[in-house]
Amino acid sequence: MTAFVDVRNLSVDFKTRNGLVHAVRDVSFTLDKGRTLGIVGESGSGKSVTSYSLMRILDAAGVIAGGAITFEGMDIGSASERAMRDIRGREISMIFQNPRAALNPIRKVGHQIEDVLRQHVQADAHNAREKAIEVLKQVRINNPEERYHSYPFELSGGMCQRIVIALALACKPQLLIADEPTTGLDVTTQKAVMDLVAELTRARGMAMILITHDLGLAATYCDHLIVMKSGEVVESAPALELFRNPQHAYTKKLLRATPHGTDSVRDLLPEDMRPAEPAAAPEPAAAKDRTPLLEVRNLVKEYPLKSARGGVFRAVGGISFSVGRGESVGLVGESGCGKSTTSSMVMRLLDPTSGTIRFDGTDIGEIPAGAFARSPYRGRLQMVFQDATDSLNPRFSARRSIADPLLQLGLKGGERLSGAALNARVEELATLCGLPHHLLDRFPHQLSGGQKARVGIARAIAVSPDLLVLDEPTAALDVSVQAVVLNLLVDLKEKLGMSYLFVSHDLAVVKLLCERVIVMKGGEIVEQGNCAKILEAPEHDYTKALLAAIPHPPI
Amino acid sequence: MTSTAEPARAAPGLITHTLYVLRSNPITLLAFVLLALFVLAALIGPYVVPHDPYQSNAANALKPPSWQYWFGTDDLGRDVFSRVVVATRLDLLISLSAVVISFFAGSTLGSLAGFYGGWTDRIVSRLLDTLMAFPLFVLAMGIVAAMGNSVQNIVIATAIVNLPFYARVSRTEVNIRREAGFVQAARLSGNSNLRILATQIFPNALPPMMVQISLNLGWAILNAAGLSFIGLGVRPPTPEWGIMVAEGARFIVSGEWWLALFPGAALMLAVFTFNMLGDGLRDIVDPRQRS
Repeated sequence: MTAFVDVRNLSVDFKTRNGLVHAVRDVSFTLDKGRTLGIVGESGSGKSVTSYSLMRILDAAGVIAGGAITFEGMDIGSASERAMRDIRGREISMIFQNPRAALNPIRKVGHQIEDVLRQHVQADAHNAREKAIEVLKQVRINNPEERYHSYPFELSGGMCQRIVIALALACKPQLLIADEPTTGLDVTTQKAVMDLVAELTRARGMAMILITHDLGLAATYCDHLIVMKSGEVVESAPALELFRNPQHAYTKKLLRATPHGTDSVRDLLPEDMRPAEPAAAPEPAAAKDRTPLLEVRNLVKEYPLKSARGGVFRAVGGISFSVGRGESVGLVGESGCGKSTTSSMVMRLLDPTSGTIRFDGTDIGEIPAGAFARSPYRGRLQMVFQDATDSLNPRFSARRSIADPLLQLGLKGGERLSGAALNARVEELATLCGLPHHLLDRFPHQLSGGQKARVGIARAIAVSPDLLVLDEPTAALDVSVQAVVLNLLVDLKEKLGMSYLFVSHDLAVVKLLCERVIVMKGGEIVEQGNCAKILEAPEHDYTKALLAAIPHPPI
Repeated sequence: MTSTAEPARAAPGLITHTLYVLRSNPITLLAFVLLALFVLAALIGPYVVPHDPYQSNAANALKPPSWQYWFGTDDLGRDVFSRVVVATRLDLLISLSAVVISFFAGSTLGSLAGFYGGWTDRIVSRLLDTLMAFPLFVLAMGIVAAMGNSVQNIVIATAIVNLPFYARVSRTEVNIRREAGFVQAARLSGNSNLRILATQIFPNALPPMMVQISLNLGWAILNAAGLSFIGLGVRPPTPEWGIMVAEGARFIVSGEWWLALFPGAALMLAVFTFNMLGDGLRDIVDPRQRS
């Protein structure tokens, strides 16, 4: 009796301009009905390619170079394309990473579900609508009759992912492959979505493969885990076992880099990468100067609504907070809570509707955003963006990107650099941010995610700002890269004495970096204060919900 | 993948990359070879042609293609081959200058509309719509007829009818990048709006514009030849493909097909070359293709 899914010595090659790339090498695993398998690894580890081979949806350049995949005793590798079409969706189905991209943007979600049902002869013209609404009900969509007529853009990210899950489960498949199903979703939505998937698969006795970079998430929802690195399986063990007693050095490194339950940002790094001496606790600059660097009072941002009745949408509803000199403050909340709007206003990229932003004693809120580029304060407020790829000009080399603020604003004090002095400063910044100098002449698409993040940080600190806003700087990075970047940020703060306003949805990360935390919801501050205290004993229900949603590995 | 694990591989230079694009795409290679031939004909054509393109010779009128006259001779006994080759310079010059003008004017208008939005966008877009509402060739005819029959006015007319295409492409390409992260980052670096538009956003809109340029070169040649064909613009006896086709057309019925066929074929080949060139050009100017 063979297993339900049996992958043996699978190898997948990709033909590229620079020759053959072995994306997956000699991967074997089995999966029984009703069980869940987690494939964990960082980007480029081959985890997605492995799952694509299972459904035979590799893109044209990829070929299964060796090994066998058996599904319910059927050899997937030699099955006809026609047979595969029947299997996809009905026997094996998949939840993709970006729910918005996986849905047809100009078709009602109800019709999209009907399409799948009718494709696999699960419904006919008479009962398709009824069945589609039933499927929507199963994924807990409120008012399924109304939502049936919605277009994807009218739904939130979490709702879209529920629709994608509904599509995947509509034909009652035997095996569900979830490829990073919750990346890009808020923690509370992530929990709701994963709980739903777990419950539905359990109730139907389905098997599931969960592909993720988040070890905590995998361990919470899977029975068995395999850890992949550079196309190879480095460790395979039951989830609990893997957490309690990791064998491979890479697994240990990944586990350590996951910030859940760690006390210090230094603990995220492998021992040989930690700084030689424990950094002496820096004298907080605040001790010398009591006035805060940034003081925000009653800040409001309203947008006019585009409805016939008029009215306004309040993105930020009169918030007040301060950031001291040399202090790190975390600004936490879910998407749509107004944290990014707040940081844009503080950065003077956006004009507030009302309220004051006092920076070093001056109300910089009075300088219009359009004119702020020429203000002497411009160089003192800088920002690291969420998406390092998007924040770098694709036509600028790393060197040119880092040099841009130096060219426009000059050094602190107004000194302009050019030629050799400019190059020297760029290289000094690269060294400071741990970016090897030979990478400086590369374009963004030739750099990895972590390298791009370093370029973004080097650019932001080029003109020695006093306040650095960090807008989820590690959200798009692998955990081990995140660990390195977080440590870099801590080092830079110690060396340069900047203040940080750290915008994030991840409380576990904020805890490691910040002294104080501000929790936002619906444009208002619900709780603020000492970071450790709030995480230990949250007072507001919302903070409690946020904390509870962080996946806790069963250690 | 960590930063140290990646092998240090320098970015291939423009020349290596161009060679790669040419090698991987035979159609692009063919287009570049043809383009080189046309450019060569335009540069040195008048000096190397076997006969004087203006020299009439009544004794040799309407001779079919032979070893002496490769493309035959016309009704005045002038060598058609020499005239086709010599015409290359004028035709390429008209289309190139028209495209350069409409590229700069069109992308400036379009970029401003895309970047500032609001009233700038509304005014520019409606103006372009008005322009697009006319049948383009008729519009060009009208402009030449109104402004006077000269090569300069043909260039201007061709530039005006092509302008909306550049304006629309650049408007869209600039608009989608207006709020991109790297634009915000440039604001933080102290760049003014115009500077951001010129140095950060516009260069990123270039790849699709390249396709437009190359397609338009083809249209512009057709447009100029078309105007000459109906008697506007270039005047005889200047060798120009459009006039030559127009003059030769009279003789097709009497069996002297070579008068219209060869200049027509040159015209077709030129348009064909520019149409094929587009994708290759785009791949060459896009640094993202370089890995």
